[in-house]
Amino acid sequence: MAGRAKPLSPHLQIYRLPLNAILSITHRITGVILALGAVLVVAMLIAAASGSQAWGAMYAMGAHWLGQIILFGFTLALYYHMCAGVRHLFWDAGYGYELQTARRSSQAIIVAAIVLTLATWAVAYSVSGG
Amino acid sequence: MSLRTPLAAARGLGSAKEGVDHWWKQRLTAIALVPLLLWFGFSVALLGTADYYTVVGWLAHPVNAGLMILVLATGLWHGAIGLQVVIEDYIATEWKKITVLLLVQFAAVVLALAGILAVLRIALGV
Repeated sequence: MAGRAKPLSPHLQIYRLPLNAILSITHRITGVILALGAVLVVAMLIAAASGSQAWGAMYAMGAHWLGQIILFGFTLALYYHMCAGVRHLFWDAGYGYELQTARRSSQAIIVAAIVLTLATWAVAYSVSGG
Repeated sequence: MSLRTPLAAARGLGSAKEGVDHWWKQRLTAIALVPLLLWFGFSVALLGTADYYTVVGWLAHPVNAGLMILVLATGLWHGAIGLQVVIEDYIATEWKKITVLLLVQFAAVVLALAGILAVLRIALGV
């Protein structure tokens, strides 16, 4: 009788997370990312306060393709965390707990975060003339 | 029948002795951050590839400087109490938990002060 695997209770590795659970852990992860991103924001402000040379060095990092990817990721994390946070406020007030509503609001959060991110970058690129 | 004393029930502070304070501050800062971060995101986007003097001139405007200080103070406050929950959830060893909590809180204060002083330096032209 040896060797036959006993059934295990669902665990994170084999349990397919529902959409709401994915959004929930993403909210927490983006929160941590934003806290790290705050260091960058403060670094940029210090560079701006330190003179044109320091600002130029900081600007060059942000203009580099790697810097652009990091800034884009920061923007997406920011808007995602904001949109998911607004839903938390509705939940706190007692609204939106029905399964169908929760699924819809999850989809709305994903769309809104992407739209806000693309809108912000569209503004940035259009004022910069391409 | 509740075993809590009437005074404890009236205070409503629970076992952590701070009631809903942490929960409420998280929500209060969250609500404030919605307009603040929309302003922040689109303002930075509007600056685009602006040169140094344009950026500093923009930040020197009292409204922009004031809002930027609010972004820093509210954002780092929200971040510090948010990270506190994450740390309390994942770090079980008491001394490690306390150490990381202290480091995060100190870092948040240092970052907020440094950022605010940078904005003030630009705004006041010193």
